[in-house]
Amino acid sequence: MFFRMIFGAVTRQKRKLLMMACAMALGISLATAMLNVMLDVGDKINRTLRTYGANIMVEPRGVAILSDLYGVREGDGVADKFLLEAELPKIKTIFWAFNIVDFTPYLDVPASADGSENTVTLLGTWFSRHLDLPTGESVNTGVINLKSWWEIKGNWLDDGDESGVMAGSVFAAQRGLKAGDSVRVAVTGHDGRKREAALTIRSIYHAADKEDEGLLAPLALVQRLSGLEGKVRRVEVSALTTPENDLARRAAQNPRSLSRHEWEVWYCTAYVSSIAYQIEEALTDSRAKPVLQVAASEEAILQKTQLLMLLLTLLSLVCSALAISNLVTANVMERGTEIGLLKALGATDGRISLAILTEMLIATILGGTIGYFAGIGLAQVIGQSVFGAAVSAKGLVIPLIAVLVFSVTLVGSLPALRILLRLRPTEVLHGG
Amino acid sequence: MKNILELHDVSMIYGPVKALQNVDLNIREGEWVAVMGSSGSGKTTMMNIAGCMDKATQGTVILDGEKVSRLSAKDLTAIRRDKIGLIFQQFHLISYLTAVENVMIAQYYHSMADENEALSALERVGLGQRAGHLPRQLSGGEQQRLCIARALVNHPKLILADEPTGNLDQANQDTVMDIFRQLHEQGSTIIVVTHAPEVASHARRIVHLDFGRIVRDVLNTDGSAAKDSVTGAISL
Repeated sequence: MFFRMIFGAVTRQKRKLLMMACAMALGISLATAMLNVMLDVGDKINRTLRTYGANIMVEPRGVAILSDLYGVREGDGVADKFLLEAELPKIKTIFWAFNIVDFTPYLDVPASADGSENTVTLLGTWFSRHLDLPTGESVNTGVINLKSWWEIKGNWLDDGDESGVMAGSVFAAQRGLKAGDSVRVAVTGHDGRKREAALTIRSIYHAADKEDEGLLAPLALVQRLSGLEGKVRRVEVSALTTPENDLARRAAQNPRSLSRHEWEVWYCTAYVSSIAYQIEEALTDSRAKPVLQVAASEEAILQKTQLLMLLLTLLSLVCSALAISNLVTANVMERGTEIGLLKALGATDGRISLAILTEMLIATILGGTIGYFAGIGLAQVIGQSVFGAAVSAKGLVIPLIAVLVFSVTLVGSLPALRILLRLRPTEVLHGG
Repeated sequence: MKNILELHDVSMIYGPVKALQNVDLNIREGEWVAVMGSSGSGKTTMMNIAGCMDKATQGTVILDGEKVSRLSAKDLTAIRRDKIGLIFQQFHLISYLTAVENVMIAQYYHSMADENEALSALERVGLGQRAGHLPRQLSGGEQQRLCIARALVNHPKLILADEPTGNLDQANQDTVMDIFRQLHEQGSTIIVVTHAPEVASHARRIVHLDFGRIVRDVLNTDGSAAKDSVTGAISL
């Protein structure tokens, strides 16, 4: 009889229950969209921020220590240590290889341009280097992806173009050079030999940094001119990372201070520090350091965005609970006589509450289901319009939404249940 | 015959209003009693107390040998469920349930819903063919008969009817009175609260209330006692 009663109530009071379902659908659609975006926003923001440069710097171990302790650089003549170019593909073979978005090596050497006594920095790098990895995969990586915000007048260089060079905007302006002009570059190599090359300026770049004062050339050309074949000074790596927490900060200071379990958790989480650690494992005698300003900014942006999403989710649920509460209360008030009758017939408060709650739950589960799918659609709209990418539907959201539907229904029904429990049959069935 | 309902020195006081004052009343098993009185005389208050829907502020109420005047709300609910059948002037049917389901709901809260038994109850009041209809598809008389079927289905010790014909035309009023007569003949105890002398005239005993007190309690063997109340005669 219970289900017959509920069936009768649901099928013959469609309009009232439909309104309740609509209120729930509205709240749940917003909550679903916000939760999906919130859970996916980390990757989305990470990818967006990854277009603004590297967050890990890899240097030879000795250089890094001297740099850390005394601020000395290669130009000071005390840190002639290098990384091996041949080892660089190993970066894409670490545990978190798929999180390595891009990386590029640099080799900077002092050079004289057109016989000038003032030296300029000739910076060699990969532009878009094709790598065939030991894993069988292949990738294209280099400065073109890593410095996508640089303004280029002309085109980027090809890695094989050893007669071309890109001129920094400050360098070009000081010498009145433009694309198509020639510049003669002389480099005193590591072995003491002076090598020269006549290069054509293919394009002018503006990096808004000290690179604007120098020249940018294919890595192989700079290695040949400086006699440092197969060597690079540093590598910039752009990786998708998880915001740092206490464990990551402790590990960054000293991984050996972690217990075995903590170490495994840290190592298998994409913290910037654990990715840096794994890069050090892959490259001989290297020191990989997170660029802390970038990592901290990412963390702050991510946390603030997630907090905003969470607040919007809570707000939408509170609104939904208020709407449901009003509708349930109005429903109970409207059905006061019916409830009074059931009490007069001998129904206990518990059995009446159960029947009312079951009706509400049927309506709100229906609304919640509709709201969930509407929310998935809304998340895609948000994803496309804000991040330009689809937001993946997270499985975790389904149980969360189920809990929310039940909680909002129960909380929203509380005022109505309170009225119901206080209702006396004599007040509604006839006067005194 | 044993007493099914006993009211001893029962009063019901709402602040300054004395709805019932020191009422003493015994109703025996199988009796058909009409409680009469003008508006505000306390007849509905008495029905609420007798039907365990309200508790008297003073006095003792004994129903079927059980002292109910000091029971908790939960226990009173159980007493109502097991011993009382209620019939209302406004019928109070559940709009989204069919006629048979409206009867079954009383069974459901009493013990267990039995559709065949509910259909039998509907047939007793002449609604066997209307079992699948919703209340809005029934006439006023049919709705009241449905209300009676719901009150009867659990075989209550006491049937309480509050102005059962108040919303009915003469033909339907006669039908309802015929049903009460049959129930009385079958041994049911019936208390009908009414202000209509012609309804009260069918009862075998008439109790008159005025300002919360019983002012007259007479047997109505020939149907004339109700008419006396119209002329204002009082006999204690």
